[in-house]
Amino acid sequence: MPHEADEVGGGGSAADRVMHASLLLEQLLNGVQFAMTLFLMAAGLTLIFGIMNLINLAHGSLYMIGAYVAASSYAAWHSVLAALALAIGATIVVGIVLEVGIFRALYDRDHLDQVLATFGLILFFNEAVRMIWGATALYAAVPRFLAGQVELLPGIPYPVYRLAIIGVGLAVALFLYLLVGHTRIGALIRAGASNRTMIGALGINIGLLYTLIFGLGAGLAALSGAMAGPIFTVESGMGDDFLILAFVVIVIGGIGSIRGSFIAALLVGIADAVGRAFLRPLLALAVSQSAADSAGPALASLLIYALMAAILFFRPRGLFPPRTR
Amino acid sequence: MTARRRAVTLATLAVLALVPPVAGALNQGFYVDLATRVVIFAIAALSLDIILGYGGMISFGHAAFLGIGSYAVGISVTLGLTNGFAHFGLAAGASAVVALVIGVVSLRTSGATFIMITLAFAQMIYFFCESLSQFGGDNGLAIPTHSDFGRLIDLDNPATLYYFALAWLVAALLFGNRLVDSRFGMVIRAAKSNERRMAALGFPVFRYRLLAFVISGAMCGIAGALLANQTEFLSPAIMHWTRSGEIMMMVILGGRGTLIGPVIGAAIYLVLENVLSGLTEHWQVILGSILVAVVLLSRPGLLRGLIARRPARA
Amino acid sequence: MNRLVGLVVAGAAALGLMPASGHAAADHVEIGFVTTLSGPSGIIGKHMKDAADLAMDMLGGKIGGIPASIVYGDDQFRPDVGRQVTEEMLKRDKVDFLTGYIWSNVLLASYAPAIKSGVIMIGANAGPHELAGAMCAPNYFSASWQNDETPETMGKYMNDKGINDVYMIAPNYAAGKDMMNGFRRYFKGRVTAELYTKPGQADYQVEISEIRAAKPKAVFVFLPGGMGIQFVKQYAQSGLRETIPLYSAFSVDETTLPALGDAAAGNYEVGFWAPDLDNARNKEFVTAFEAKYHYVPSYYAAQSFDAINMIDDAVRAVHGDLSDKKAMIARMEQAAYSSVRGHFAYNTNHFPIEDFYLLRIEKGADGKYTRKIDSRVFTDHKDAYYQECHMKPMK
Repeated sequence: MPHEADEVGGGGSAADRVMHASLLLEQLLNGVQFAMTLFLMAAGLTLIFGIMNLINLAHGSLYMIGAYVAASSYAAWHSVLAALALAIGATIVVGIVLEVGIFRALYDRDHLDQVLATFGLILFFNEAVRMIWGATALYAAVPRFLAGQVELLPGIPYPVYRLAIIGVGLAVALFLYLLVGHTRIGALIRAGASNRTMIGALGINIGLLYTLIFGLGAGLAALSGAMAGPIFTVESGMGDDFLILAFVVIVIGGIGSIRGSFIAALLVGIADAVGRAFLRPLLALAVSQSAADSAGPALASLLIYALMAAILFFRPRGLFPPRTR
Repeated sequence: MTARRRAVTLATLAVLALVPPVAGALNQGFYVDLATRVVIFAIAALSLDIILGYGGMISFGHAAFLGIGSYAVGISVTLGLTNGFAHFGLAAGASAVVALVIGVVSLRTSGATFIMITLAFAQMIYFFCESLSQFGGDNGLAIPTHSDFGRLIDLDNPATLYYFALAWLVAALLFGNRLVDSRFGMVIRAAKSNERRMAALGFPVFRYRLLAFVISGAMCGIAGALLANQTEFLSPAIMHWTRSGEIMMMVILGGRGTLIGPVIGAAIYLVLENVLSGLTEHWQVILGSILVAVVLLSRPGLLRGLIARRPARA
Repeated sequence: MNRLVGLVVAGAAALGLMPASGHAAADHVEIGFVTTLSGPSGIIGKHMKDAADLAMDMLGGKIGGIPASIVYGDDQFRPDVGRQVTEEMLKRDKVDFLTGYIWSNVLLASYAPAIKSGVIMIGANAGPHELAGAMCAPNYFSASWQNDETPETMGKYMNDKGINDVYMIAPNYAAGKDMMNGFRRYFKGRVTAELYTKPGQADYQVEISEIRAAKPKAVFVFLPGGMGIQFVKQYAQSGLRETIPLYSAFSVDETTLPALGDAAAGNYEVGFWAPDLDNARNKEFVTAFEAKYHYVPSYYAAQSFDAINMIDDAVRAVHGDLSDKKAMIARMEQAAYSSVRGHFAYNTNHFPIEDFYLLRIEKGADGKYTRKIDSRVFTDHKDAYYQECHMKPMK
């Protein structure tokens, strides 16, 4: 069966080369945008794992709750601020309830007990959202002022909403940079990531600090979920596979390091975008088009894991692990 | 093993052995199918316990070996090879080889990194098998015949299949117990609590762990071959990371580091899931709450306190 | 006890020792319904269960005049669980009929034990080609379609309309490849690209950028469930919809439309049925469904409704003698019951020979988006596999 898939990119004219360059640019932008959604999840996760040494598989559930609350609030009141405030607020409340009620008992426990308990929480929340909001996926609208496209370069209209996501991601990154690097709380966070016992010995109220950090992590996850709603599906279990990606990011970046998770998110996002866009045509140069059609996407989905395995092989503690002891 | 553990082990095996006659008496043949599934996952959970409970290697990709074992049987049958010895040999062998590759790469790391790398490998295998369109891809493949062991063992008969699987479980328990109490096992267990000391004593910890990992993988591969015979169907769905999580649940529920604990854990988890999903479509809320409650209300593992002596505080 | 007597009599009759009359009717009919009730795909199971319950209500809780009940099982979208649930229904609940089965892999995994047991099995959704071809069985019927027929409809439509330069997207798994093959069976025009994406993928911006660069005339996708919601939303947000229309199969339906809002308006789909299909039975079904449940039924619901009614009609025809499987099968082969798709026939492989339509996503009278019939593409369409079916008669 003849394909003409590569005629677009295969030509040698200047116009084709420009288009190819602009496609590359667009795909890079796509990668960055995906990275920002990932970063918001990963930042909270790395804080919680790094400082409290808690494996929280239910972080994806917090993301899901944020998405559900934001989508239903916006559908009811059409106010972005209200939706975000409610989503982040509600999720932080849920997070704090979990922290006080369940996680406090788990900090001293084995990672495995944490895995079992948080796995149970995933099951619980996946069904709970179905019971509360119904079995159908939720309608999540793009806010009107963010709908539409903008021409970044001539010929590349890009959805405004996705640019907004990039913006929010960068803003949060800046906020966290300032928080962690230039405030007292931030110093405590950095100290906690390096040496937990010491800050206790220094007389800091560990319980309160942990609750605050957990709340921050939950808020970040909720923001990620709220922003993801309009482009992804708001349904039960939406956080589960996304959680795996977030774990990949924090492991590559170095557990406990926000800077690490930012860089790692960029790496993963861009690698994923570039892999999906260009592996297939690249492969088609070497093998037949139909072989490339099936091998390309298979390889693209393996790419992130292979990347992680490769990085961990050389740097088992990730790219920017916080210095310990 | 301790006298208490031996008692629990014998009691469990006795209960399991009685399932077919009891089910027959109650005219509920279905319980034999459920019990077969329990036994298969018990072997998988047991194999995970060797490296996780005793060795401290938290592998989040163990379901991949269940898949490899099933695929060994399924692909063999599709290609015309029906000999049971070949099937099980291939299942164990292929799983061992894959475990070797995964182990060589991942055992250099530890902690969360190790968990993630094993997860990554499992996902890679899962995606790879999903794309194998000759063998049904994600649609799966029906396996028309059972593993052929000649007139010795007719796996078409559900009760025979059950006792066959149970025999493997007994073998796994015997082997596992010998392994963890042997010198090899001691090294693995010691390395779990203090790796540096073992290395200082001159033990090549990496090699010991790698061997344990391979043995564990091969054992789980056997479980996979049994699963293929039971479900008569091949599907990559069995290799999804959430299935690995469930095997881990069974180990933790029953009590890690006891070998018989995961067997009981598998029974509890699968029976609970079966009963609850029959009661209500919202069964996940209940099961999830139970898991959380189990962790909060009991110290290491539901039955570990009953089965094993409480370990001295590290 | 009645059933035992009936079995003995039927057995004797088969040996020609006694005339086949005076068979005793069963006193209860048990129908096993395997579907997905939990998780994100539980919405499909809900549609099916609601429709099956409605069918039972309208029949007064009786199948063929005999008190009946439906036992539902949750396959959790897992083939091994689906098979276990099927075994449970056969051995523990001792069901007289099995139906449901949303997913091809669950159906394929559950098929062998069901067929071996002799129970009549009616697929109410998935239609894998194996069951239409080499693996066909006398006690298996499809109340829906064969998987390929739906994309075949789109292929034929686009081919007839001379639409060229089509960009095809499907997930990289067996069903995805099957759908694209089905499409190509009837579409002989130019294909710009055939792209396979990662199953479960959430973000399609990369692929959408590719589409923009490739400048096709139309996009055809197979992206079921959440993937479809995501793609359609993102496609609408990209603004490409005005210039490059979106056609799909099994990607936009009444289980996902509530989440899509305007994003799917004007898109094209294909199917054998739509809520506005113009016949008396369908009007009756849709009106009753919406009155009871307050949402628009999907084709999953329509198929489940038909499956229950098909069973009722067959049991009625044998006057409740459930042991006379041959007669029930013969009756079912006639497709004599009143179906929501209108009149249709069964092929030799027990798959329907039915019409297929091009559908358009539009707002219904109640303001909710739904699939509406645009035009008929296939009349009395047969699947591509029936000639591979060499059905051995039931023992």
